[in-house]
Amino acid sequence: MSNPFRKQNRHPGEWIAEWSIRLIASASILVIFLIFVFVFREASSLFTSQNETPAPSTSSNGQPVSEMVPESYGGEPDVYNADVEEPTAAAAESGEEGAPGQFIYKPKNPKYPEIYNPASGLLPADIDELPEDHIAETEPEQRELFSNLTSTTWQPVGEVPKFGIVPLLIGTAKTTLIAILIGAPLGILAALYVAFFAKRWVREIVKPGIELLAGFPSVVIGFFCLVTVASFLQDVTGIPYRLNAIVGGIGLSLAVIPIVFSIAEDALSAVPRSLHEASLALGSTEWQTAYRVMLPAAAPGVFAAVLLGIGRAFGETMIAIMATGNAPLSTWSPIEPARTVAATIGSEMGEVVWGSEHYGVLFFLGVLLFVVSFSLNAITELYVKKRLIKRFQGQ
Amino acid sequence: MAKEHPVKIEAHDFNFHYGAKQALFNITLRIPERRVTAFIGPSGCGKSTFLRSINRMNDLIDGTRVDGHMMVDGTDVYDKEVDVVTLRRRIGMVFQKSIPFPKSIFENITYGLTLNEKISKTDLEEVVETSLRKSALWEEVKDRLHHSALGLSGGQQQRLCIARAVAINPEILLMDEPCSALDPISTGKVEELITELKDTYTIVLVTHNMQQAGRVSDFTGFFLMGSLIEFDRTRTIFTSPAKKETEDYITGRFG
Repeated sequence: MSNPFRKQNRHPGEWIAEWSIRLIASASILVIFLIFVFVFREASSLFTSQNETPAPSTSSNGQPVSEMVPESYGGEPDVYNADVEEPTAAAAESGEEGAPGQFIYKPKNPKYPEIYNPASGLLPADIDELPEDHIAETEPEQRELFSNLTSTTWQPVGEVPKFGIVPLLIGTAKTTLIAILIGAPLGILAALYVAFFAKRWVREIVKPGIELLAGFPSVVIGFFCLVTVASFLQDVTGIPYRLNAIVGGIGLSLAVIPIVFSIAEDALSAVPRSLHEASLALGSTEWQTAYRVMLPAAAPGVFAAVLLGIGRAFGETMIAIMATGNAPLSTWSPIEPARTVAATIGSEMGEVVWGSEHYGVLFFLGVLLFVVSFSLNAITELYVKKRLIKRFQGQ
Repeated sequence: MAKEHPVKIEAHDFNFHYGAKQALFNITLRIPERRVTAFIGPSGCGKSTFLRSINRMNDLIDGTRVDGHMMVDGTDVYDKEVDVVTLRRRIGMVFQKSIPFPKSIFENITYGLTLNEKISKTDLEEVVETSLRKSALWEEVKDRLHHSALGLSGGQQQRLCIARAVAINPEILLMDEPCSALDPISTGKVEELITELKDTYTIVLVTHNMQQAGRVSDFTGFFLMGSLIEFDRTRTIFTSPAKKETEDYITGRFG
């Protein structure tokens, strides 16, 4: 008598398929994990290397920035002259004075060296006119990384780079806010219309149409805003800056609308149709039913749609680069240009010196983007799901 | 027949089509005021379709078509002049599945009232209490009026739906198999409720349960294949039906 529960011989193809799926799945999870590790590691170099080793940042002529900052004015002019009269070993080796990468400096007046002072932002011409106490004030102190990051100037390629991320944060918040103020109501209203009011054939055209917009290349939206929206807006309102936060916000809202629409529409359609009938049977109009029963019932999903829309506007790069004017200004005025965090990374990462302080700051911005987007998604996932379950299962 | 009672709803040669498929054939009947009228019949016989035609809930389904007349208080509800929202405010409806809104018990009941007018809080509280008392739910929920209605049991939810329908003070109450998802105890409570409510409302009840029709209704209509086979006093239908099909169905020979 043979065992009726005998192990069946598995088909080898099945076995191979099963294991390759496992392998590929684990590999992709590992890759995602490694991306996070890499981004965080690169950003962390910003904080670790600052104290232990000299800052790797270099000026345009290759001289380490920290050495270019004079210790004081007037007191020790020989400090500067020493630089000139005793070329560094590297220059000596090359056998050529003024080799690239060599800091050549010939002051006319040893007391007032004829260079731009990066620490005070003063030109030599001004120095003569300055009172003594001011000169004393401008004595450069050790630049603190933290105070540099929190300053309001973003000039990453200056003689002394300034990595103030405040204008970038303001620019991001400004454009995101405008984008969501335009995109969220439009997306939600469109979702309401498609879910409850539109005739079936209208729904069948509009829904895939808007969802198609989600796959639209953002460079095309950016170009459209850069050329058409910006000109139109300037013609109508007479705003002095052609590219500004409003144009950028409109562009971002074009990217936000399809996301808000598609998720909100899913949430609204998932509300049981019987609620719709029950409400109508009590003598409410379609519109009253939509905003008093269906929208509140789908509120967690609609909330999720808005959060993901914010995430999209926050992280969108190409539209922000093209349509915002890209100037890092610390102003909340919507009619002035703005520069977002994502646009900064997008436009500067390509030409940054590998391993420099600027590089580290850009990765730090990337981490910031990642953390905010991750938190938004996490809130959506955890909080909203909990609310949904609570809503449909009672207390 | 129902001649000695004033007529509330009257159908005259009423036909109903779902697209190409005809679901109701020349229905003619008169439903008396302030009585319970039950419709029985096998699944798919058209009794629910007929019920939903009274307050035009079938309008929500694409591609439906009606002809003939459906009169409520002598007005054809399918007339172009009729405002369907106003019509539905006069005709309450309770569905097979209890469908409380995902709101508090209080908000569920006041929903219909607050749609078109502003009512003071004290008035609303009064309506909530009256409606809940009418639907025999007050004692069970009076301490948690502001809790979610979804926390109630199935039977309580169904009675809440009845309270919600009663709160807008309709003249007619349509009930589409209101007890089919309930246990016998809850069913008993709902049936008791129907008997109490019939002094105030004209109740039309669709049911699969013939005993239920026998227990609570004054008049019974028997539907088969989209046609009204017989309509008479419940006692007559159950004791001496005029048609062979009615007798077969009631004695359990089919359906």
